Amino acid sequence: MTAPFAPWADPAASPLIEIRDVTKRFGAFEAVKSLSLNIYEREFFAILGPSGCGKTTLMRMLAGFETPSEGAILLDGEDLSPVPPAKRPVNMMFQSYALFPHLTVEKNIAFGLKREGTPSGEIAERVTDIMRLVQLTDFARRKPDQLSGGQRQRVALARALVKRPRLLLLDEPLGALDKKLRQETQFELMNIQETLGTTFVIVTHDQEEAMTVSSRIAVMRAGELAQVATPADLYERPESRFVADFIGEVTILEGRVSGADAVGATLSAMEGAPDLRVATDTLPPLGETAWLALRPETVTITPDRPEGADNALPGTVLDIAYLGNLSTYHVALADGRVVKAQESNRFGANRRGITWEDAVWVSWEEDAGVLLQA
Amino acid sequence: MTRTPGQRLLVALPYLWLLVLFLAPFLIVLKISLSDLAVARPPYMPQFDLSEGWAGVAAFVDALDVENYVFLAEDSLYINAYLSSLRIAAISTVITLLIGYAIAYALARAPRRWRPTLVMLVILPFWTSFLIRVYAWIGILKTEGLLNQALLSVGLIGEPLTILNTNTAVYIGIVYSYLPFMVLPVYATLEKMDESLLEAAADLGSSRLAAFFLVTLPLSLPGVLAGCFLVFIPAIGEFVIPDLLGGSETLMIGKTLWVEFFNNRDWPLASAVAIVLLALLIVPIVLFQRQQMRQEIGT
Amino acid sequence: MRRFSWFNATSLALGLAFLYLPILILVVYSFNESRLVTVWGGFSTKWYGELFRNEQFLEAAWVTLRVALVSATVATVLGTLAAYALVRAGRFRGRTLFSGMIYAPLVMPEVITGLSLLLLFISIGMDRGIVTITLAHITFGMCFASVVVSSRLVAFDASLEEAACDLGCTPVQAFFSVTLPVITPAIVAAWLLAFTLSLDDLVIASFTSGPGATTLPMKIYSQVRLGVTPEINALSTLLIGVVALGVVAASLAGKRMEGRADP
Repeated sequence: MTAPFAPWADPAASPLIEIRDVTKRFGAFEAVKSLSLNIYEREFFAILGPSGCGKTTLMRMLAGFETPSEGAILLDGEDLSPVPPAKRPVNMMFQSYALFPHLTVEKNIAFGLKREGTPSGEIAERVTDIMRLVQLTDFARRKPDQLSGGQRQRVALARALVKRPRLLLLDEPLGALDKKLRQETQFELMNIQETLGTTFVIVTHDQEEAMTVSSRIAVMRAGELAQVATPADLYERPESRFVADFIGEVTILEGRVSGADAVGATLSAMEGAPDLRVATDTLPPLGETAWLALRPETVTITPDRPEGADNALPGTVLDIAYLGNLSTYHVALADGRVVKAQESNRFGANRRGITWEDAVWVSWEEDAGVLLQA
Repeated sequence: MTRTPGQRLLVALPYLWLLVLFLAPFLIVLKISLSDLAVARPPYMPQFDLSEGWAGVAAFVDALDVENYVFLAEDSLYINAYLSSLRIAAISTVITLLIGYAIAYALARAPRRWRPTLVMLVILPFWTSFLIRVYAWIGILKTEGLLNQALLSVGLIGEPLTILNTNTAVYIGIVYSYLPFMVLPVYATLEKMDESLLEAAADLGSSRLAAFFLVTLPLSLPGVLAGCFLVFIPAIGEFVIPDLLGGSETLMIGKTLWVEFFNNRDWPLASAVAIVLLALLIVPIVLFQRQQMRQEIGT
Repeated sequence: MRRFSWFNATSLALGLAFLYLPILILVVYSFNESRLVTVWGGFSTKWYGELFRNEQFLEAAWVTLRVALVSATVATVLGTLAAYALVRAGRFRGRTLFSGMIYAPLVMPEVITGLSLLLLFISIGMDRGIVTITLAHITFGMCFASVVVSSRLVAFDASLEEAACDLGCTPVQAFFSVTLPVITPAIVAAWLLAFTLSLDDLVIASFTSGPGATTLPMKIYSQVRLGVTPEINALSTLLIGVVALGVVAASLAGKRMEGRADP
């Protein structure tokens, strides 16, 4: 068995792309604030964030359409800043696809190779190969306006990939597709990336998409990195309320740290209720405000106070969102705060007949949630 | 689709107007071009006489002939005038395209908030009198005019250039008068072009110049074509510019027609000149119309 | 990437200079004391005075103004109807011929239009004068007007009219309560265009006018053929000023109306 793919954890590995203290200003506005990041060969790296967080600016600096105001971007240890977009071994798949409307699919794909001066025999061969890979062979002679959205997306991908870039940038590549097609295409993208071994950097605001496709995700907020981690780490061990809230559903309970020892801490979150117990390996300072992030699937909902649960609070069912396989219960606590609990519809609370306005208990184990200090 | 009488009237009113005042006149021109010159009022024959019934119609048709067209074909003056009109219009169109494209390109790249004002500035002269704008050039181009004064004073030339009353002056006049017609359609296509296409071209290895020729230029072709038609077609039949700025060497068919009609009072021949000119223009006009239709469907 | 380079700035500056310098020179020399139009003899407004004492010019101006007002108004009405027919009436018999007759006059050499109209008026025995000029101007004016209005109509969502009908309007009410307010800026623009074209026309007016009906461009033309004169410069300056003011006012009014229509 081979070791899992995790070059970022290997201190001996040298990154393909090194972003060093990069700042980008537009007038007085700082779109990217002294940001540092390493991206490794063969990674499928996602940059995730709400609109206006600077993710597109970061990507455009990688492509060469913007130059950093400060700092440097290195590819294989060499500074990219003097290299214009046309000369970078980096290609981009544009959000609008930017297909040349006056050229056929074939000619769109061959465009970059012709610019390089690749011999025509080789161009034909490489274009044919890539069209087979993205299943466009039958559409070679069509113009972009005669293609469906999904087909256009594949032309844009093929056009960027055929140049065999060291790094492929994808700007919201699936944003224009409907949900079902988007999911299929995500797997297609992953397969293609695995087949070719090209390093992909994808910019998206869709957290589900980022979670599905990528090896690591950088969550950006207001020009800064909030957290860089694998999808699982990001979901299970968010480092801030922002990340916890941005990735998936979460309940965040604010409280004051009332005790701490080697295995966990207690959080005073509500008057008249016992302190909440949280397992954590970083010791929070006593008396400070902290937040408990709870994923809904770790919270159990029961009609009576459960025996032996580490934490339990009473409340009233406010709302039930039926999702087919699951149901999410919104439970209002005594002070009005809402805790979300998710149950499988095959075994869960639904069977026990919990419904609106019912008085219930929500409970969770001490290792269910994460204690956040920011 | 069924229509109410009101809707029918809506179409019928402008339709009839154009039939009577646009189409019918052409048929009359065609008829007169087949008639002979006569010393009479109106100065041509045969006259159509309905009172004689069918025999009158037959006699009328009999009297029509293509004599005027034979005359046009045999006299090199007319053939030269047609050819020279085409040449002058073509050269002017090319110059207008070069200048107009550069202006349209600059407009499309100007900061977004300036664009409406700049476009307005380009259109504004078009609203002022065409005759006056052509007239303005007389004072500039004539031998003792301002251009020569300026060039002499900076020492670029030793003696005044003769520009007025030459073909050069006609080119200047046409380019000047028709420039907005070139700038606007080209600007319209350049302005709506997706910026990311140029970035994509750069990303795929094109220099700026290559990106211009491979992406920008081909995509602006519809605008370029429309602009060229809008300049070329009316320039062929232009009268005021060659009359005021051109000289004896300037041979243009619009002027020939004017002279034939007003000075020689040969209406049948003038009509024949008009019909041949129209025949010359039919091809570009039809092409232009089809291009407009395609544009309409495209948008 | 879309950068306004020095090359762009220069071509724009040169282009605008090319467009405006001749007009500017004309205006400046209308205030020239000297009769020699290319020699500056000091500032004077005397040519404006002479202009206003020249009855022929005033009479021609009055003829032109009347023709332009009437022809622009009728042309706008007919042009709007034509645009509505082209854009909204769907397919009808002779539509191709109709749209051909709308577009052809836009590029038709004026000498041909002028000649053909003249021959029409003669063959139906109509006396030539101010009426025939007006009829001719309506004809080409309506074509330009219809192009202007139809470009606005094409951009205008037909479902608005359908919504109005759905809410109980008759088609006529729908036109007046929904369509007309939306296309009003285009109609104003169409009227202005038809008006200016009529004011401006020399060739067609020369063909279709008769004795006693001389328009201002015809008057200017007959003077200009004799050479550059300061009176013509003064007259040109006045015309340019009027047009410039009119266009600026119209575009400001248009902007305000647009602003009201879609805030």
